[in-house]
Amino acid sequence: MAVRDATVTGPGAGRPGRADHANHAGRAGRAGRADHADRADARIELSGVTKRFLTPSGEAFTATRDVSFSVEPGQFCAVVGPTGCGKSTTLSLVSGLDRPSEGSVRVGGREVDGITEGISFMFQADALLPWKTVLGNVAMGPMFRGVGKKQALASARDWLRRVGLTGFEDHHPHQLSGGMRKRVAMAAALINEPSILLMDEPFGALDVQTKAIMSNELLGLWEQLRPSVIFITHDLEEAVALADRVVVMTSGPGSVKAVYDIDLPRPRGSVQSIRFEPRFLELHHQIWESLREEVQRAYARTTGETS
Amino acid sequence: MTTDTTHAADTTGTATADTRATGAGVRAVRRRRLLVLTARLGVAVVVLGGWQLATTVGWLDPFFFGQPSGIARRLVEFFSQGQQATEFGSFWLQIETTLKEAVLGFALGAVTGVVFGVALGQNQFLADVFGPYLKIVNAIPRIVLGSIFVVAFGIGETPKILLAAVLVFFVVFFNAFQGVREVDRNILANARVLGASPLQIVRHVVVPSALTWIIASLHTAFGFAIVGALVGEVLGAQNGLGLVIKTAQNSFDPNGVFAAMFVIAVIALSAEWLITKLEHRLLSWRPPSPSEAAAI
Repeated sequence: MAVRDATVTGPGAGRPGRADHANHAGRAGRAGRADHADRADARIELSGVTKRFLTPSGEAFTATRDVSFSVEPGQFCAVVGPTGCGKSTTLSLVSGLDRPSEGSVRVGGREVDGITEGISFMFQADALLPWKTVLGNVAMGPMFRGVGKKQALASARDWLRRVGLTGFEDHHPHQLSGGMRKRVAMAAALINEPSILLMDEPFGALDVQTKAIMSNELLGLWEQLRPSVIFITHDLEEAVALADRVVVMTSGPGSVKAVYDIDLPRPRGSVQSIRFEPRFLELHHQIWESLREEVQRAYARTTGETS
Repeated sequence: MTTDTTHAADTTGTATADTRATGAGVRAVRRRRLLVLTARLGVAVVVLGGWQLATTVGWLDPFFFGQPSGIARRLVEFFSQGQQATEFGSFWLQIETTLKEAVLGFALGAVTGVVFGVALGQNQFLADVFGPYLKIVNAIPRIVLGSIFVVAFGIGETPKILLAAVLVFFVVFFNAFQGVREVDRNILANARVLGASPLQIVRHVVVPSALTWIIASLHTAFGFAIVGALVGEVLGAQNGLGLVIKTAQNSFDPNGVFAAMFVIAVIALSAEWLITKLEHRLLSWRPPSPSEAAAI
């Protein structure tokens, strides 16, 4: 387990982590490794990224400053930090929805320019289309990529089966519970078999039990497809339980405070039970020490500003 | 054993209580419906009967205010006299003319309204440039444009269609514009990341999302289309219900005016019914609104 200064996270830094994956991958061996080679385009690298926004009156506002970290192909990277530390900004930069003001965002060695190929997004709020059925929502991904309607619907059916929603194809999103909608969103995000999955507090609005169930399902599906993941969350326990790497961010403007590699073995099994393992507690404690300062600072600032 | 039997007795007791409550509920609902229907009929009888009575007794002059029986007679005449019903052809022809103008104007105005609304809603620059002008044009009493159209395009159907279209355009445009602006940012970002082209985004995300707003505007918009067609006809026409009204006015025939008004009301209500049908069909995905669910 290494606590590294963010700036040290260079191209070589993640290598031990990658070897780790190959050993632990469910379908270990050659197939697993070949998969990884194919996915070399799934490496995400941010270096010196600064993002400024202009307020409507033309003032510049710095959301993130000099953010540098990298995510290896097939790695599950969680980003934690206090509110308003530019976590979501970072995601929109990786997806190509937005451009950095300074620094570079590279995916698979190439500078991000326009919407990044092979990427999927999952938001805290539903991004489902309320006027489409569950099936139509999931089939959207392949249809936008020009796959024929018949084939798109067939693979959407298959994905609904994989997330346990067979029988709900013709329902509309408003007829489903929060957890079921998350499953639909998950199927919709994974149906294109993305090499990169960006998640912005995807389970933030769920109750604790549903959240645990969804986390397990996510891990199961991730083990099958092995996309690189950037998973944003407020919840440190969730971050440590799911991720291979945890990035702690400071607030206002956001920058990387520290990067931790999580050496809990995979497959992790149930996220509920992993929380009681000594190694988990140790890591959690260590990261929390670093995060607490930031949270307190952010809290003090917001209360200071309002009073 | 004893607890078992009491439990069984309890459940059957609840069941019969439930049935009884349901029965009483159904009766109460039926009674209320009947009451509402009777009251409605009563209002019609009082208003029409009062009108008839007042004009018969002489409190009101039927020469100015018409008379329900006279209006009914006039309606029968309109529909039974064939080519002789009006000086300019059968009554059906007048209905057809007005309906055609209103429907064409409605279609033209609605389509251009949606196109411009979506385009300006999508493009901040265009919206900033055209925004103030649209506000200004919206503030102008556009019905006056009818005079210009009649002068420019003669007394055929074109000026009526254009007037109806102009009135419809602004209603639909502002709603479409607002609807496009209200599209959920997350949904848009998600569609873009999934690889949707700008055209696919408009077709699958923006238009369906704005449809709630657009359809809401169509209800009022059809009313405006009819107003546009009628005013155009009053200003100058060869056929149409507006001309029927104008002729009746010139020959001091209030019953004729009222009869034409009645026919127009029937047309407007039928259109409203059709639009509501369309709304239910297109917006079937919407959860039932609380007011609908609570309605009896």
